[in-house]
Amino acid sequence: MNSIQKNRLKDQLFKFWGIACTLAGLVLLVIFIGGILVDGLSRIDWAFITDLPSRKAEKSGIWTPLMGSVWVLILTALISFPISVAAGVYLEEYAKKNRLSALLEINISNLAGVPSIIYGLLGLEVFVRIMHLGASVLAGALTLSLLILPIIIVATREAIKAVPNSIREASYALGASKWQTIWNQVLPASSGGILTGVILALSRAIGETAPLIVVGALAYVPFAPKGPLDQFSVLPIQIFNWISRPQQGFIDNAAAAIIILLFITFIMNGIAVYFRNKWQKKLQ
Amino acid sequence: MPKIRELIIEKSLLSSALITIAVTVGIILVLTIETFSFFKEVSIFDFFTDIEWTPLFTQKHYGILPLLTGTLLTTFIAISVALPIGLSISIYLSEYAPRSFRKTIKPLLELLAAVPSVVYGFFALVVVTPYLQQFIPNLSGFNSLSAGIVMGIMIIPFVSSLSEDALFAVPKALREASYGMGATRLQTAFKVVVPAASSGIIVSIILAISRAIGETMIVAIAAGQQPRLTLDPTVPVETITAYIVQVSLGDVQHGSLEYRTIFAAGITLFIFTFLLNTVSFRIRKKYREKYE
Repeated sequence: MNSIQKNRLKDQLFKFWGIACTLAGLVLLVIFIGGILVDGLSRIDWAFITDLPSRKAEKSGIWTPLMGSVWVLILTALISFPISVAAGVYLEEYAKKNRLSALLEINISNLAGVPSIIYGLLGLEVFVRIMHLGASVLAGALTLSLLILPIIIVATREAIKAVPNSIREASYALGASKWQTIWNQVLPASSGGILTGVILALSRAIGETAPLIVVGALAYVPFAPKGPLDQFSVLPIQIFNWISRPQQGFIDNAAAAIIILLFITFIMNGIAVYFRNKWQKKLQ
Repeated sequence: MPKIRELIIEKSLLSSALITIAVTVGIILVLTIETFSFFKEVSIFDFFTDIEWTPLFTQKHYGILPLLTGTLLTTFIAISVALPIGLSISIYLSEYAPRSFRKTIKPLLELLAAVPSVVYGFFALVVVTPYLQQFIPNLSGFNSLSAGIVMGIMIIPFVSSLSEDALFAVPKALREASYGMGATRLQTAFKVVVPAASSGIIVSIILAISRAIGETMIVAIAAGQQPRLTLDPTVPVETITAYIVQVSLGDVQHGSLEYRTIFAAGITLFIFTFLLNTVSFRIRKKYREKYE
């Protein structure tokens, strides 16, 4: 075999190696989800969703952590959405190229890389202790809002960047002010992209465990929260709690709760992808 | 009148943007103030040289080294998994794969990063550890090996996505020149495209390391809660993040020394990731200028 043939062979071998690597992660994910479905699917019924937690594995349900997750999700969305979209609009439409905007930019990029558990420490000190919110739904939601702020800001900026300048110019030509242009033209035109970013950020928030544990969300809460100042648990914390127990019954419960958590996460990701595709088509 | 309205709107948008700065300042203040009180009671020398970390026992030691080695050990294992696989994926997708395949596979790979980390923890503890125990009989039920491997799978898309973007951005002319000299795709990839995209690839690796250092639930579930100074991947260890979770789950009094240990551990973690993120941001800025 001469060196040309050798090189061609190596080239082919790498191709197969590349395909194998690309599929390896996905195959593992499929095997893993398959295993969880086998363990947990038989455990899921209506009672599993509506039952309160219990000492006995087979009587335990996920009602309180599920409601906790819903509460946290809604509050997080309400808090983070206006702030981060406003920040994104400022950075794209108003900020001049100066020291302040450079600082804002490097700061947001850094915040995106701060480990989530650090946000938990911030929430514990500021929201739980200094603001006396206790280990409440509100304290958890505020913490997660700060965590997803950089994600939504970046998505908002990308979406606004994609709006063609001709739209702005047409609006100015008709005598609209800067804010009227943004509110009536730029934001509607970029809404699809912003929405995608918000949903992706929220799907990240619903899976977050560590910061909420640090803030003091409990593994066992007897009742679902009724207001923003009530104690709470969330689905991932309930899963974590069940995994830490030795009995097989709780492992099955954990698998069943994971199915529900993954279902919610994948649905949210699916909706986000749908909005993105629809929006990108509209822009073109 | 409308002018004033516009001004008010601009200022309120600005104040939203400034909240992000307040968050950073808040994080730094909270961590340093609590750590400062911590070092009033524990000598900073012991913190860096003591080889035991036992703040929750009667015999108290406050040496961060065991937590640090635990963190770096799991991170090292994760990167050893994610780096070769992630890089191979990125090279395959940008140099070999047909466009349609690339377009469908990328969002699927991102799905790996969308799965909540508590789910990966379950995977590591319930599936991977029992499987590995067939081959490594003395593998403990909690160990850094399975936690690290699973963490590596989770961060594959961090490496592959960003590296692929960097590879794809390399101008076509460079590739064509290489093909014109008779090089194969593999030779072109490793001798031309990868070197040209090296800064982007380095950024992706740094971000993956930073992500692995801060990862919490996988290690809290599968790596154990026993801080020990070891590089043995088969025994239980404890990472900085897992320690913070362990303390948070217990009933620790606000303002006590135990309470402050999590901030001292937290600031160590924060400094590490902050340095890594800053370096990657710098490289990225430089690299952007190179191509535009």
